[in-house]
Amino acid sequence: MRPVAVVAFAQTRHKGEDAGLSETELLAPVITEIKRRTGVTRFGFTCSGSNDYLVGAPFSFVSALDAVGAWPPISESHVEMDAAWALYEAWVKLQHGEIDTALVYGFGKTSQSSYPEVFTQGLDPYYLAPLGVDQVSLAALQARAYLERTGTDERRLRAVASRARTDGRANPSALHLDDPGDAEPYEVAPLRPHDVAPVTDGAAAIVLAAGDKARELAGRPAWITGIDHRSEPHQPGFRDLTSSPSTRLAAAKAGGTGGVEVAELHTQFSHEELILRDALDLGDGVAVNPSGGPLAANPVMATGLIRVGEAAARILDGTAGRVLAHATSGPCLQQNLVCVMSGERSDG
Amino acid sequence: MPSSERSGEPNHILEFPGGYTRSVGPVIGRFLSELRDGRLKGVRTRNGRVLFPPVEYDPDAGDDVTDEFVDVGPVGTVTSWSWVPNPRKTHPLDRPFAWALIRPDGADTALLHALDMGVFDLGAKPPRRLRTGMRVRPRWRAERVGGIGDIECFQPEVTMITAPSRLEYRLQGGRALDRFLEGVSQGKIIGHRCDVCGQVIVPMKGLCPKDGVPTSEEVELPGTGTVTTFAVNNLPDPRAPEVPFVSAYILLDGAGLTMLALVAGVPADQVRMGMRVRAAWRPREEWTRSMANIRWFEPTGEPDVPFDEIKDHL
Repeated sequence: MRPVAVVAFAQTRHKGEDAGLSETELLAPVITEIKRRTGVTRFGFTCSGSNDYLVGAPFSFVSALDAVGAWPPISESHVEMDAAWALYEAWVKLQHGEIDTALVYGFGKTSQSSYPEVFTQGLDPYYLAPLGVDQVSLAALQARAYLERTGTDERRLRAVASRARTDGRANPSALHLDDPGDAEPYEVAPLRPHDVAPVTDGAAAIVLAAGDKARELAGRPAWITGIDHRSEPHQPGFRDLTSSPSTRLAAAKAGGTGGVEVAELHTQFSHEELILRDALDLGDGVAVNPSGGPLAANPVMATGLIRVGEAAARILDGTAGRVLAHATSGPCLQQNLVCVMSGERSDG
Repeated sequence: MPSSERSGEPNHILEFPGGYTRSVGPVIGRFLSELRDGRLKGVRTRNGRVLFPPVEYDPDAGDDVTDEFVDVGPVGTVTSWSWVPNPRKTHPLDRPFAWALIRPDGADTALLHALDMGVFDLGAKPPRRLRTGMRVRPRWRAERVGGIGDIECFQPEVTMITAPSRLEYRLQGGRALDRFLEGVSQGKIIGHRCDVCGQVIVPMKGLCPKDGVPTSEEVELPGTGTVTTFAVNNLPDPRAPEVPFVSAYILLDGAGLTMLALVAGVPADQVRMGMRVRAAWRPREEWTRSMANIRWFEPTGEPDVPFDEIKDHL
């Protein structure tokens, strides 16, 4: 494998309400910042992740290219997924060996619609979408299954949310949310409002570079030692919702989780952290979502990419040696991506 | 609608008027056609599993499924559920309901659908009956079109009925009780003293239950007494102020027998054996020939009576 690393990460100060900026306006300062920090203004490849349904306009991702500067024509691609999958595509492109740098970005603005209902439109159109079942209701089914199978108390969910909010308040990019209340009514039982990631507007960008170019652009690149993504059946009734075998498999294919000090997990619901810890065999010694994670800021379509960025930032700043990022897509953790990064270059 | 979401009328709508047209193919098409006829059909995989709802490929092996469609259900088992206290307008029911994964008998996988648990106020907590493992059946729409919504929702199997139960009476309390209530209607608590043992019986029965002799000597008792024993009640009762409430045996000062009454004006967990109490009468203008004239007994604040003095009145 060609050694590829994250060399820079930038994100907005995410907002919990509409600040009046369009998606492109949200994104532009992040692109400007990451170009300034790397000194690179033209990239070998550009790939983005976003969701046209967030603003209800076809090809709305195209206008985001205004923030990148696409003339003379650039080599560009887009995934209608979280931008963590755009990063995967860029990593594959870098493996081809024809380019040395890639810009990856994602952006999402959920303040303009009801995201749980937008999510419904991404479900199977025959059996799920016609029911009107939304993202939170689906996640609550998984939470119930997990709580019952493991005998876990709902208070453990609250503890996850509480820690996420505490960490989020220490992160200038995350929302600053109060500690969960004692007796919040259910949003969809067994999930309470604090168990559900907040409405968030924001954007994020990462620059990937290969080999010597990575060393040139960063003092301590976050080398991707393994990256993989796996999927499970779409129908939640066809799966064992109490575990995440696709995460477990992706982690194994990415080289395993041994030695990981920090894990940034794409947990849009607090029970997902418990399921993912099991699937990734993360012990108590691993710092999970020290950024606060998605429960403290969830600019959808950028949230998974931010996991890669936050984890990589711990390598870039020298505070960790080996980190893991996870991203998810689909209902009830259907599809999962695992990216393991290290301060040590792997030519493996 | 969850509070976290933006309120206000939309200024932009994305919609395919009349709905988006999709072909369904032979597997889903067969399922939907059977559904329109009121039948639940699963499809068998090459390794013998029954997928429900049917899909074209075995999710484990990736093989085409067979063309064998098998009857499943209609009864199914809930394998997981979530409870929606405040339905969205896009949801199939407009009152609190459950989403459930339901595995019909004879199938190896589960269907997601709505589960109607009955009538609840918005914001209601999940009902206790709602459990993983509960048995449910589809509620069919009368007019079916060949869509997953041909099942309006699922509903629990019948496990209980409500049997009508009512008899009508014209009761007489008897002379002694009549006289007692006459006293109560005038704000007095009257008992009878037994000629043989000398104890005062209140409310009087015209008999001494200890000696079996008639009694007639009236004695007026004060409205103060002592709790000898009590129970904390957690089921609501129209006569009690709130749940939990305390019903207690009260030994009125001068009485030889206890009477049953409510104790209030003190948290239930602070009621004690030996606690001194006094009758709380309703305002005089509300008095009738009824024990309801005494709303309940309240603490007097006097020191508790030692157990030895009440131990024979439990």
